[in-house]
This record gives sequence, structure tokens and C-alpha cells, in this order.
Amino acid sequence: MIDLDKWSEIFESIKRHKLRTALTALGVFWGIFMLVILLGAGQGLQNGIEFQFEGDATNSIRINGGWTSKAYKGLPKGRRIYLNNEDIAILQRDFPEVEDISGRVFLQGNQQVRFKDKVFAYSVRGVSPAIAYLEQFMMVQGRFLNDGDDHLLQKNAVIGTLVKEELFGKDGDAVGKEINIGGIVYQVVGVYYDKEGERSLRDIYIPITLAQRVYQGTDYVNNIWFSTAQVELEQAKSLENRIRRMMSAKYLFDPEDMRAMWISNALEEYQNFQNLFAGIKAFLWFVGLGSLLAGVIGVSNIMLIIVKDRTREIGVRKALGATPGSIVNMILSESIFITLMAGYFGMILGLMVLYFASSIQSEFFRQPEIHLSVGLLAIVILTIAGALAGWVPARQASRINPVIAMKAR
Amino acid sequence: MIALRDIRKAYSTEFTRLEVLKGIELTIEDGEYVSIMGSSGSGKSTLLNILGILDDYDSGTYHLDNTLISKDLSQKEAAYYRNRFIGFVFQSFNLLNFKTAQENVALPLYYQKISRKERSDLAMHHLEQVGLAEWATHFPNQLSGGQQQRVAIARALATNPKVILADEPTGALDSKTSHEVMEIFDRVNAEGKTLILVTHEMDIAHRTKRIIHIKDGLILKDGV
Repeated sequence: MIDLDKWSEIFESIKRHKLRTALTALGVFWGIFMLVILLGAGQGLQNGIEFQFEGDATNSIRINGGWTSKAYKGLPKGRRIYLNNEDIAILQRDFPEVEDISGRVFLQGNQQVRFKDKVFAYSVRGVSPAIAYLEQFMMVQGRFLNDGDDHLLQKNAVIGTLVKEELFGKDGDAVGKEINIGGIVYQVVGVYYDKEGERSLRDIYIPITLAQRVYQGTDYVNNIWFSTAQVELEQAKSLENRIRRMMSAKYLFDPEDMRAMWISNALEEYQNFQNLFAGIKAFLWFVGLGSLLAGVIGVSNIMLIIVKDRTREIGVRKALGATPGSIVNMILSESIFITLMAGYFGMILGLMVLYFASSIQSEFFRQPEIHLSVGLLAIVILTIAGALAGWVPARQASRINPVIAMKAR
Repeated sequence: MIALRDIRKAYSTEFTRLEVLKGIELTIEDGEYVSIMGSSGSGKSTLLNILGILDDYDSGTYHLDNTLISKDLSQKEAAYYRNRFIGFVFQSFNLLNFKTAQENVALPLYYQKISRKERSDLAMHHLEQVGLAEWATHFPNQLSGGQQQRVAIARALATNPKVILADEPTGALDSKTSHEVMEIFDRVNAEGKTLILVTHEMDIAHRTKRIIHIKDGLILKDGV
């Protein structure tokens, strides 16, 4: 049952002591506000990076040939290791974990690309159809390259949405159009979109077979990229080691020579980021709890001062017939009410700041958010702390002799 | 109305024991107008605090309106008796600064769980009695000392207590306002209320109908 009379007494008191109320409220308000902002920002950072990872398949491994940095079996260091189509075939044949696989050939420099009177320069890559999965492309128009394009050396090209916009306009249709890439005419068969960001939307993909024969004259590939079955990090690492040993035997380099062959495991990177985030989160909680603790101490101090300040009032009220219980009840109800309201407004304002911050869409920051339960829990903690801090002196004050209390100044 | 039998009270610290009241025998009838006089340290304030149930006593008995006020009442019981039986007037007024005159007068009624409406009506009635009706919405710091003490008297009367206890009620006032305050006390007593005031001013004491002199914790002289 809500004691209306008690509450109107409390509201009167709050109204007549604006500074006292404001000081209590400010400590709580600031503690909650900072906690919400910090945790929200941390979540935003994590969301941003995780979104980046959605741009590629996470269960994938990339292999690049490098230069040997150690002499091995009588061979000098500084040899270049070139990967080629045979390596792709071996990986597919001997490693059952390997699923979608593609070599990639990066054409030297940017290629001049012409459509009617428009000329732009883009990077052009020769790839197999599996790249569409590995890059997690979304087709906006038409289709991606297929095996037929590969086998028949079709002069077909797939372009990024930004390439399409620049060559054909925002609403233009690209599929079926002919573009001139470095003097050779290709037919556009599809337009893709990639979440990863703007840079990867300015690429043009052509069949790898064509890139090797027409532009390169060898069957070398710049790197090999493949996805694995969903495996644990340990298995992925063991796969990485077995590939390294196989390659070391084939190309005669020291298996310990990491520079001879670069193998990067997206799963490992993903895990590293997960660990990084665990670290960032722990730090943010540390700072957030710190500001909460500062709030608790602030509220506690103010409560002590308030009770001291009210000692004479308590004495007068007792002389007029207030029981100790009613005194404690009055002081605590007032402070709990103030902390709850302040905490509530701190959370609302924090959430509003996060809401406006969510319009910031950078590569590393998106959708800052906080779990409501965390905010509510923080408010409850602050309220209990404030109540406890006020309860002890309030109880003491309510027990002292009213004559002595009335003499307090 | 009030019967004290062999009331003793001592304050002791770790090293000393100070006997303040050494066996007070006192009877005050209904409707009496009494002043208690004594130098500082005589025990008169302690006696008043015991009479007002603001302090406890060590031994003896204290009857107030035929109710035994035990020497070890709980705080809650003491609060109840104070609220029902006694109206206080203090030297330093002890009004709450953040409450208006009317709200101050109504405060003891709040602890009787009387409704807000009835409280402010009763408070207004008692402010009229002390001639401060038009100051009802003023805060204590907007009132003169005499006015504040009259508000305090109205507050003491608000619960219609058995007895009014006034501790140096004119101690902080000049002689003219002291006179005004005493006139109110005279009138309250004339209406039949028992009044006990502690003072060290002879002219104030002589306005009452009975003077009790206290010295060294004992009643020295009782009479006019």
C-alpha cells in the first residue's frame, strides 16, 4: 500500500532542497550515463569488426608463395616460390577438408576499362567460380563466373557495383554490355555487391584461365584461397601444417621457413579478434564499473552529509512524536526515489546518445547498443549502495536523544 | 496530572559519575501554571527533559495523567507518549526552515496519522489562536523571533496535549516580545491547560502561579 501522505511529505522535502537533491542525482546520473555510453561504444566497436568478417567466409585459408629466407638442402635462400594450377589440383585431391577452392591472378597494375566514351582504371583479377562463395558476394544483377566460362575461355566479366555505377550509371543495366579491358572486349555477365567495403566494389573479375593465358602466359597464381569444412581452430591449424609440409617437399624449402610460404587462416584471425574483443570488453567493464563505483562513493558521501544536515530536523521530528522507524523510512524513501529517478534519466540519456551515435557508420563502428538488463542492474546496484550508505547514519541519527539532535548545527 | 517520586538521574562517564537529580518529589495538578527556576547546572533542564520523555531517569516513578512513564520505555513508546501527551516550546524555537508556519504547526499531527486536509485546518485554527493567521504561508526565516515562538506555541497546542513544556521560551527574545509570548501562555493556562516552564528570569517566573526552585538536583523551595 502506497502511503500517499508519506510521499507528499517526501516530495515537499525534495522540492524545498533542490541543491541537495541535485547533488545526489548528479552522482547517480553520471555513473549510469558513463556506464551505458562505455558499454554501448564497446559493443559498437565489436559489431563493426564482426560486420567486416561477414564480408568473407570465416572458415577459409589463403596461401601465398613467398621468398625463401633459409638455405635448404643445398639450395640458397632468396628463391621465389610460385604457386600454380597444379598446387590447386593437389590440394583438392589430397586434402579432404578443402571445399571451394580458387586460385587468384592479379593483373599487373590497374587496367584501363572503357565503355563507349567513358574510361576508368580498375584492378582486374582472374578467378574461379568458387570466389563468389569465398568473398561472400551478393549478385545484384546477372550471375557470377561459372565453370563454363573457365573451360571455354569465355571473355566474360563480373563487375562490382561501383564499377557499374561509374560506367553505366546508377540505374543503368550492365548485363550483356560490352566493355573494353586493356584492349580486349569482354561481355559483362553480372554485378556483385560485397559488404566488406568500397575498395572491393571497384574490382573486375574474369575467368582465371583467360587471365593466365592472355595476360600472363604461365599457369602461376598469385595466391590460392579455399574454404574448409566447419572445423575447430585446432584442426584448421593441423591442416595448415600438413599443407606447409607438402609444399615444402614439393618446392624444397625449409618447413620452418615461414617466409617461403604465407598461409593465413581466417578462422585464426577471427579467433584473434574474438580474443581482442574479450579484452576490450573486460577493459570497458573495468572502466564502467569504476565509474559506477565512483558514483556509489559519491552517493554514499552525499547521503552522509544529508543525514548530518538533517540531524536537527530529525531531533525536532522526534520531539514531536516521530518514531525512529518513521525517520529512517522517510530518509531512505527519499534517497531511493532520487537515485532511481536519476539512474533512470541517466540511462535514457545514455541510450539517446547511443541512438544518435548509431548513425555513425564507419568501417570499425556500427550499431552501438547495450543490454537493457545491464543498465537496470546498474541502477539497482547504485540504489542499494545509496540506501545502505544512508541507512547506517540515518539509523544512528534516529536513535540519538532528540535533545542532543536538536542542538546539532 | 504529574507525579514524580524520588526521581534520580546521573550521567556517568568512564571516570566520573555526576548526579544531576538526587531524588525529586513533585506533584503538579491539572491546570497548574508552574515555573521551574534554578541556576545552570542545577538540574532543571534534565528535569524538564525527563518530564518531556526526551530523556530517561535512573530510578523512581513518573506518572503522567495516571499513566506510568516507565524509565525504560522503547523509543517507539516514548515517541507515542510525547506526541499524545506533551507539547514542547523551545528556547531556539526549533521550527523546520523548509516548512511554512502552517506546515510546522501541522507536523505533530502528521505523526498522529491525521489526514492532510484536517491537519491544515487544525494548524490554521491554532495559528489564529496565536494571532498569526495571515502569516500561515510564510517560512520561519520570514518571521520575527517573537512570531516564530508563537508558531512554536501553536505547534505545541496542535495536538491538544495534556501538558505544555517550555524550556526558556523567552530566552532568545527581547522584553517586549517576551511579554507578548507570556500573554499567550497566560491565556492558554486560563483556558485550563497545564503549563510548565523553565526559566531563570524572575519577572517571567513571577507571572506563573507556582515557582519551584531547584538547586544541586533537589527541590529547594516550592511555592509562590
